[in-house]
Amino acid sequence: MRPDSEAALAEMIRSADGPLAIRGGGTRGFSTGGTVLETGGLSGVSLYEPGALTLVAGAGTPLSEIEAVLAAENQRLAFEPMDHRGVMGTTGEPTLGGVMAANVSGPRRIQGGAARDYALGVRFVDGAGTIVSNGGRVMKNVTGYDLVKLMCGAYGTLGVLTEVSLKVLPVPETSGTLMLRDLTAQDAVEVMSRALGSPWEITGASHCAKIIDDRPVTALRVEGFEDSVNYRLQQLKTLFADRGVDMEIAPQDMSDWFWDGVRNAGKFSEAEGDVWRVSCKPSDGPGLDAAAGAEECFTDWGGGLIWFRMAPGTDLRARLGSFDGHATLVRASEETRATPGVFQPEAPGVARLSAGLRARFDPRGILNRGLMGPVMAGEPA
Amino acid sequence: MEMPIPDPAILARKSRVVERLSAVLPRDAVISDLSETRAYECDALTAYRCPPMVAVLPSSTAEVSDVLRICHEEGVPVVPRGSGTSLAGGALPTADSVILGVARMNDVLETDYPNRTIRVQTGRTNLSVTGAVEENGFFYAPDPSSQLACAIAGNIAMNSGGAHCLKYGVTTNNLMGVTMVMMDGEVVEIGGAHMDSGGLDLLGLICGSEGQLGVVTEATLRILPKPEGARPVLMGFDDNEVAGACVSDIIKAGVLPVAIEFMDRPCIEATEAFAQAGYPMCEALLIVEVEGSEAEIDHQLALIMEIARRHNPVELRESKSADESARIWLGRKSAFGAMGQINDYMCLDGTIPVSELPFVLRRIGEMSEKFGLKVGNVFHAGDGNMHPLILFDANKPGDLELCEEFGAEILKLCVEAGGCLTGEHGVGIEKRDLMNYQYAPEDLEAQMAVKDVFDPQWLLNPAKVFPLASSEARRALSVAAE
Repeated sequence: MRPDSEAALAEMIRSADGPLAIRGGGTRGFSTGGTVLETGGLSGVSLYEPGALTLVAGAGTPLSEIEAVLAAENQRLAFEPMDHRGVMGTTGEPTLGGVMAANVSGPRRIQGGAARDYALGVRFVDGAGTIVSNGGRVMKNVTGYDLVKLMCGAYGTLGVLTEVSLKVLPVPETSGTLMLRDLTAQDAVEVMSRALGSPWEITGASHCAKIIDDRPVTALRVEGFEDSVNYRLQQLKTLFADRGVDMEIAPQDMSDWFWDGVRNAGKFSEAEGDVWRVSCKPSDGPGLDAAAGAEECFTDWGGGLIWFRMAPGTDLRARLGSFDGHATLVRASEETRATPGVFQPEAPGVARLSAGLRARFDPRGILNRGLMGPVMAGEPA
Repeated sequence: MEMPIPDPAILARKSRVVERLSAVLPRDAVISDLSETRAYECDALTAYRCPPMVAVLPSSTAEVSDVLRICHEEGVPVVPRGSGTSLAGGALPTADSVILGVARMNDVLETDYPNRTIRVQTGRTNLSVTGAVEENGFFYAPDPSSQLACAIAGNIAMNSGGAHCLKYGVTTNNLMGVTMVMMDGEVVEIGGAHMDSGGLDLLGLICGSEGQLGVVTEATLRILPKPEGARPVLMGFDDNEVAGACVSDIIKAGVLPVAIEFMDRPCIEATEAFAQAGYPMCEALLIVEVEGSEAEIDHQLALIMEIARRHNPVELRESKSADESARIWLGRKSAFGAMGQINDYMCLDGTIPVSELPFVLRRIGEMSEKFGLKVGNVFHAGDGNMHPLILFDANKPGDLELCEEFGAEILKLCVEAGGCLTGEHGVGIEKRDLMNYQYAPEDLEAQMAVKDVFDPQWLLNPAKVFPLASSEARRALSVAAE
């Protein structure tokens, strides 16, 4: 099914007699089973006001189209969404709806916020076929409950996004990256925390044990006007002089290559194995790292996000035990996706609220069935 | 403003409810005498008052849980209250309700500089969160103008903003985790010191839900390193439209100021008479502030002033020192007080797309003449959040009603212009019945479905947010269930 309007989508959902698998660009490489519902017909930028930093587009709009429109005005999506194609081995075009539904954010999340922080408004069709609008196209809006946040990260299980309003930002004049070499995982977290606790506005903080060569790299990115970038890079160098390790300001092409790799987990594109994404308190990272026994890992968000490549079928959550955060399975076989499952199980009280919301917004349990929680009793198979 | 008729059956149970609450709380934490419950009869929307049946002041999450469990069992509505600074009537009691004040819960539970978080009890005031971390060079970013008094609990309930949210975002962008007590007394933990949700973003849903989904007792907040410095530039224009175009050009140029504040002529005149900040007498005044090192500030201000000069400002004054910065901010910060000197005023809070600024200001001027009430406009221009201040005389019969009617017209205008009813104050009771202008019935139904899940009996903060007619069926159910 490929509706070409919101009204047509609503009608399709109302008359659906079984589960629907929502598909944007199909770059995430999975399907929940059921009739495929493509959003590609809900495409196009309907409003763009560079002076108000606002863009409104259909959920099926390819991200590349939005990025091109923004680039013409020297603006961008500041949350740096990941492109899953490399690591998932998929083709197709990432769409705005897919990015927002999964709250996909890259390295700049640490400073500028997640995809959900840039979502100003949504329109969606819920599981009963009702069209709902929430939020709007202005930057400050507390009118009623914030269903915009709820829809960002709901993976389509509460409704199919049809339109999203976004806050966009200007592209800074330039960026620069300081790379420290040979730090241990523990020292790297300390360095990143200290940098992020400085006034130099770090917009990327990542640690990779092996990336350029066999020596660990801890990278700190700053962005802005050229003089300011240079000034802050020098300040960071001074700040970490006492570490006694090699430090270099990366050439622009290496900096760009590095952050692209972090953003897209490019390191895991060519390598076999399951890919997990762990959100944690940065200082817990080294301990989780040790507990994971991963084939390979690297960190983003100053240590608050760890990407693990695990032997196929490993239950990473069992190894990590209880911690402040969650582990999400990004790439694995169908069996592993079923058990231990894609999402971290929620505590009973929270799980009850989530299940209650799903039951209200999708009473028949037909939208991406089973993706975020068990199929409710009484739902038709 | 219409409120539901108090339930006589609940009022009849008052002594039992007081007795049960007294069994789980210290003696001085249960207030049931009318002479004392009057202290909780209103918040900062003082035009509406109603003493609650009982007020309680628990000191811990466990006590909050006991209170809510008892009220749930007794079918008594609960109105959570932070510091009572809501301008929207968010903490207005009903006569049959229990006010649950979090003021005694104001401890800092943990400061964690490496992970840049602070965990506090939510009765703590906004400014004292920054107070707890500023010695170490950190601050908590959302800065509502009531920050000296307002509590984090209320900030979370209303998703409060402030002058600096153009750069740092509002409460929802700085909130990482909460401990929340559900209406039936169950305690849930949502989020934590990590980023983003592993499941549905319940934290984003709770923030801004006006205390209707649960009572947040503890919160983990993001703290940020203080910038090296900040300095503003003041600019005056002889035309609102030109000032609006200047704001748009600054934003487009890639400079991201921390604040862009706007004042119109009536406001400038009032503040000058009150605070003598030395503002130019003109149609529109902008204060644009940037942050960074001295050199970075110089560079950004130079760019901003170059843009401003293209719009022929009548005044362009760059701050070169802390003293000059304070003088530039003085007028803006005394604007509300200055307007209050002239008359009673009602402060509105609609948001509009920045591009609609000239149109909306022109329409407000026309309406001002029609209603015969003066309006001053102060607002956060970078994000289109307007604060029109309508002057009226509370002692003059009919003036408040006229003012409210005018206010409603302005808010409808904001919606028509592509904006919304409230940018940072919340809906409360004040804008409750205007929600139909912004949302279709299906849109409101979706929001009410959320409330059904969190608070099936609709006992938490009743008669707020949703038009009374829209929520009537649900509230009736809660009465029938007793």
